[in-house]
Amino acid sequence: MEQKEIIARRVALELRDQTLVNLGIGLPTLVAKYVPAGINVAFQSENGIIGFGSPPPTGMEDPNLTDAGGGFISALPGAVSFDSAMSFLLIRGGHLDVTVLGGLEVDAEGRLANWTIPGKLVPGMGGAMGLVAGARRVIVAMQHTARGQSKIVRELSLPPTSVRPVSLIVTDLAVLRPTPEGLVLQERAPGVAIATVLEATVAPLIVADDVPEMGIPST
Amino acid sequence: MHRAISAADAARLIPDGASVLFGGFMGVGTPTRIVEALVERQARQLTIIGNDTARPGAGVGRLIEAGCVARAVVSHIGMNPMTQQKMIAGEVDVELVPQGTLIERIRAGGGGLGGVLTPTGLGTSAAQGKQIITVQGREFLLELPIRADFAIIHAHEADYNFNLTYRLTATNFNPIIALAADCVIAEPNEIVPVGVLSPDAVRTPGILVHHLVERPH
Repeated sequence: MEQKEIIARRVALELRDQTLVNLGIGLPTLVAKYVPAGINVAFQSENGIIGFGSPPPTGMEDPNLTDAGGGFISALPGAVSFDSAMSFLLIRGGHLDVTVLGGLEVDAEGRLANWTIPGKLVPGMGGAMGLVAGARRVIVAMQHTARGQSKIVRELSLPPTSVRPVSLIVTDLAVLRPTPEGLVLQERAPGVAIATVLEATVAPLIVADDVPEMGIPST
Repeated sequence: MHRAISAADAARLIPDGASVLFGGFMGVGTPTRIVEALVERQARQLTIIGNDTARPGAGVGRLIEAGCVARAVVSHIGMNPMTQQKMIAGEVDVELVPQGTLIERIRAGGGGLGGVLTPTGLGTSAAQGKQIITVQGREFLLELPIRADFAIIHAHEADYNFNLTYRLTATNFNPIIALAADCVIAEPNEIVPVGVLSPDAVRTPGILVHHLVERPH
């Protein structure tokens, strides 16, 4: 299984029935493909819609119906659209159950950096700071390492997106849960040894004697 | 009776150096005919305020590449390399504001509020130079209101009382910026007779709108 698929499948197991979910651009978008059977979630996009679905067939796109990346989407029966003020009232007001975001770094306290690499990449924070400040649960979906460097660091080297710790970090190697005592190694990816996770992690991890594998297919 | 004006006339109303709130999210919901007319009349030194600078060739991305913009107050420029190049070259001054904070600041400016208190951005670079206020034991950033000289709006339908409706995700910033400018110019897809729009369907009351751009030919 590809690394991204492992992450997306494991994040999807966090989704609960009848909840409102916002998926960030990129890897988090993949999560929609793996929503478990029997779980009905509504997807929100911060540009102003609840209840969107997959891109429509070629030729059936609506120029007024797009996601936060500007890509064409469809509206499922019962969908609703609204302006940007309403969109962020929902987000900050605790009405959004889960946001899944990509990450550049997460530190030992569970703080996320995902919006800029000063001097290299200055895209702007868009909606990320509001999502991390306001969503009930914040799940980071990212590769454990980038170019051989761990993305799970002791202290952020990049500007934080928020000082609020995230709820869960899902990578291609592990599931990590920030706690007041530190990052707990909650699960490891299928076939991945605890030692492999520790080797790929700079931040200290709290490791129990038995760390179960993620409950996803192993191939 | 109110009459609609051409996009070129609308662009002539907006002088060089003006501040302009614009609707649109990645170009979706941006009044493209007004934008093109601004490019054509070679507008200069504009301050543009809105969600993002779209892609090259799309939305207000056209204003950036045509050299119309001196300053952009936006939440995102990541999809437009041209904005980033011009920012690095010092040709365009970019102020990044978190999306939900930006729209609330505009709402405050348009709704007579002295600002908003938000948890968004606390402890980040977005908090630099801003006052922190504690309310009921929780810290918030004080974010100040934003207004502009002009707002340019993309609407779905308008009537000749200038009442406006919007469509789906093309709504975004449009209904809010209609409150926050000295001169509001709306560019609708359709103009219908007064009485056709259901009062419940109207999202922007016509009293907020100063000029209507004629429908596309």
